[in-house]
Amino acid sequence: MEYILKNGIVYDPTNNVNGDKKDVMIKDGKIVDNVSSDAKVLDVTDKLVMAAGVDVHSHIAGPKLCLGRLYRPEDSRAGVVAKTDITRAETGFSIPSCSATGYRYSRMGYGTVTEAAVPPLEAKHTHEEIMAIPNIDVSPLALFGNNWFVLQFVKENDLEGLAAFVSSWLKISRCYGMKVVNPCGSEAWGWGQNVHGIDDPAPYWGVTGGEVVRALTKVNEMLGLPHSMHVHPNDLGHPGNYPTTIATLDVVKDIEKNPNVLRDQTIHCTHLQFHSYGGTSWRDAKSGAEPVADYINKNKHVTCDVGQVTFDETTTMTADAPMEYDLYKLTGLKWANKDIELETASGLIPVIYSPKSPVSTLQWAIGLELFLLIKDPWQVVLTTDSPNAGPFIRYPRIISWLMSSDRRTEMIENKEVHNWASKRTSLPTLDRVYDWNDIAITTRSAPAKILGLEKRGHLGIGANADVAVYDIEPENFDATKASNAAVVEDVLTRAAYTIKDGEVVVKDGKIVKIVPSRHMWTNVTGFEQQEKKVLEDIMPMFNRYYTVKFENYKVFDHYIDPAIEFTIDASK
Amino acid sequence: MVYEEPVTDYDHIVENCTCAFCGSNCDDLDYLVKGNHVVAVRHACRLGASKIMEDEDQRLKVPMMRDENGELQEVDWDTALDAAAELIANAVRPLFYGWSETSIECMKKGLELTEYVGAVIDNQATICHGPTVQAVQNVGYPLMSLGEVKNRADMVVYTGSNPMNAHPRHLARYSVFPRGWFRQRGRFDRTLVTWDPKFSDTAKMSDIWVPFEENGDYAFCNAIRAVLKGKELKEDVISGIPKQDIIDLTEAMKNVEFGALFFGLGLTHTLSKQRNIDIAIGLVQDLNAYTKWVLLPMRGHFNVNGFNIFMAYQMGFPYGVDFCRGYPRYMIGETTTVDLLNREEPDVFMVIAADPGAHFPGGANMHLANIPVIQIDIHWGPSTELADIVLPGTFIGVETAGTSYRMDSVPIHMKSAINPPETCREDEWIVNELYERVKKIKEEAK
Repeated sequence: MEYILKNGIVYDPTNNVNGDKKDVMIKDGKIVDNVSSDAKVLDVTDKLVMAAGVDVHSHIAGPKLCLGRLYRPEDSRAGVVAKTDITRAETGFSIPSCSATGYRYSRMGYGTVTEAAVPPLEAKHTHEEIMAIPNIDVSPLALFGNNWFVLQFVKENDLEGLAAFVSSWLKISRCYGMKVVNPCGSEAWGWGQNVHGIDDPAPYWGVTGGEVVRALTKVNEMLGLPHSMHVHPNDLGHPGNYPTTIATLDVVKDIEKNPNVLRDQTIHCTHLQFHSYGGTSWRDAKSGAEPVADYINKNKHVTCDVGQVTFDETTTMTADAPMEYDLYKLTGLKWANKDIELETASGLIPVIYSPKSPVSTLQWAIGLELFLLIKDPWQVVLTTDSPNAGPFIRYPRIISWLMSSDRRTEMIENKEVHNWASKRTSLPTLDRVYDWNDIAITTRSAPAKILGLEKRGHLGIGANADVAVYDIEPENFDATKASNAAVVEDVLTRAAYTIKDGEVVVKDGKIVKIVPSRHMWTNVTGFEQQEKKVLEDIMPMFNRYYTVKFENYKVFDHYIDPAIEFTIDASK
Repeated sequence: MVYEEPVTDYDHIVENCTCAFCGSNCDDLDYLVKGNHVVAVRHACRLGASKIMEDEDQRLKVPMMRDENGELQEVDWDTALDAAAELIANAVRPLFYGWSETSIECMKKGLELTEYVGAVIDNQATICHGPTVQAVQNVGYPLMSLGEVKNRADMVVYTGSNPMNAHPRHLARYSVFPRGWFRQRGRFDRTLVTWDPKFSDTAKMSDIWVPFEENGDYAFCNAIRAVLKGKELKEDVISGIPKQDIIDLTEAMKNVEFGALFFGLGLTHTLSKQRNIDIAIGLVQDLNAYTKWVLLPMRGHFNVNGFNIFMAYQMGFPYGVDFCRGYPRYMIGETTTVDLLNREEPDVFMVIAADPGAHFPGGANMHLANIPVIQIDIHWGPSTELADIVLPGTFIGVETAGTSYRMDSVPIHMKSAINPPETCREDEWIVNELYERVKKIKEEAK
């Protein structure tokens, strides 16, 4: 099928197209420079055209999502939509059912989403859920930061072994990249403890979070994985945690980037908002966004996503299980926990972010500060760490805040939010606004580049034909006006067209076609000998301490159908 | 017990098979195969081995329908499938029950069919750990994978369950006997505690047996929570247990490094039902203020947890999901199987991989006797006596591969070792065939 999107206003920052009126041509699922006369014309005159969105960090599939759905039927009931001739029924608000997840991302014009935390033992579960999610390709990241084998390799300072282990485990779990969550802290949670800062060792192992992040980052660059180290630092959500965050970023500063990768960074710090707090307790907590943003402005080896609080009732879920228990002590809401043998822990708890609450407002304001203080939009990506700071369906609302400093001022002055926004942060003094080009960077081009996805996040020739068209005329619309914020949100929530691999899947905000999501995974080659040796070495420990057989541990091919394999030659 | 010689007469061994019996899903079984039969099983417990080996006993091998005299007679597959599809397509309130002993792949087809015709879909949780799920929805769910217990636990408590009889390898493979990373002496490094009115086989081998009175679970857990919170117990004996014993036990539980509480239907189905589980979960949450504690329900069928997980990720609700309005509804007491049958609502009942004839209350079964029942199963059982159409499936984990979820939600791909009987069909194929045929009937009627 061929298409021409005619006369749209195109924002394609990767190719330096900044609001030009031009046609986008599609053939066989790719962007091309010319099509035959049979091409179907979609008239998008003066409408906003971008590449489909790319989400660098979201929780959409896997065991902890499922636990959330199981124990929060109240959330499932909050988003019920009946089936149609095309779509299946939807449920859920913060933790939508699988089909709802696909439809909602697709309606917002997104085409690629990263599932941020996969415990390899339960990777089959994650892939089963990805199979149930339609219309978005998913790049799952496997958890390594508290894995016993990793801790052992780090303890023995065996980087070669660690690299072989990582490359082998990515194949076994069919994941795209590496994720580290509260390194050593989640292992300490095995004993009901936590670690504080990057120099606090895990009990028994004697290895610190800083050492784990450094070793895994080195390995990441040694292998040349498409995505960089993706880290959720220690001390999440604790007032006064920003020095830990900066220390985590700084501990990998001298590690050289692999020359073969597309990305610029060696470390991606996720949901930075939760890691940018000053003060010493919630009584005197204040923003720590300035020093963190300052560090990022001076250091190009770092990228981040924000984890913007959206003022919703949501469900927090993370492999940072001790933090979830802290939240339970704080709120007394129903607490769930799931520890995974030899690999990680995880926890869940419902949270209500209220604009009337000082703490929620502080978190909201810090998120916006980070967006506005980090100068280069290529270094900062829009996320809500969905569903932790808010569900992903709120992205358009965040965009409306970013595009209008008037709207932000209005919220503060009309007391829509608590006065901590002005007392404890610098948000009221920041009048920077994002334009459509910045929005295209922070929601598409930058995340695609950070993830190392060459063919996504832009509309250059040869790119995947993942395109979003929104029913708004950028040239005749003032997004900086406070009164227009609601319009921005509304329009971006329901794309006029979402095109996935050259097929129209959304039209006028409605799903018109279902395509299966593809499982993106990285296959490292050139490391076979080392992998074989490492597997032989660790097999006695595996057989003795896991409760499943190695043969049954792997994710088989039929769990990742259809798949996109990213082959990396590590010997280069 | 008579000594039996080891089986040496076999063609080949299939290693690392997964047992399709209880929720322990032991995945280390070796099947000794001769001439397309499993002649012996290594590593399995007696329950698992007998299910896998003696499976030809009372096996359903051909599709059957009742004739005018009410006798089940053999028919061909097309006739049986068409008749079943006709019943489902014309039903006003169909109910599809079971699923806990089949694969996730089959459930996928089943849910598509359910959604298409606007039926109710439910599984055995509705009569077993349903109250547990309710409690989890009330207060939370601090759990773990079984290897955490194996590697770390120095105290293991079983209550309302008797794993030595019901999950025979649970203690040996996961919780008490194995040598874990931090528990290198295995059994000797752990304290095994059983809270149970009965001196069960598990209680017999425990270090501490707490025989509280029947229906005394709630008060007993409550007393431990009270002691934990520094409260004075006002009675000398609570649920039949002397006050000092409760205080000592609480102290012991506080002072372990890693404790795990496993509970079964004995806790779920005594007087206070889900409130028992509420307080057990609350107790574990409280204990975490002192040290590490986790808990886990002892799930029965090998994929009963799998159905709850599957439904949660597909439709947001764990069991008892009603699609009659075009969107999923989950209301315990409204959309759950026994309640629907007691109200005589369903007009067609399909049971797959379950035996309501053996397990449902009389009133519910009386309604089943009055409506058409379609059975998909591998064995003749009480439900076959109620069935009007019988569709013989295949044995997951032996004859057909498929995905299941262990009691701790670890997904396992169960491989197949032998070929199914030629006259039988895979569950997934049967359900898909029904879906396609129902669709055809409905489309033609439009």
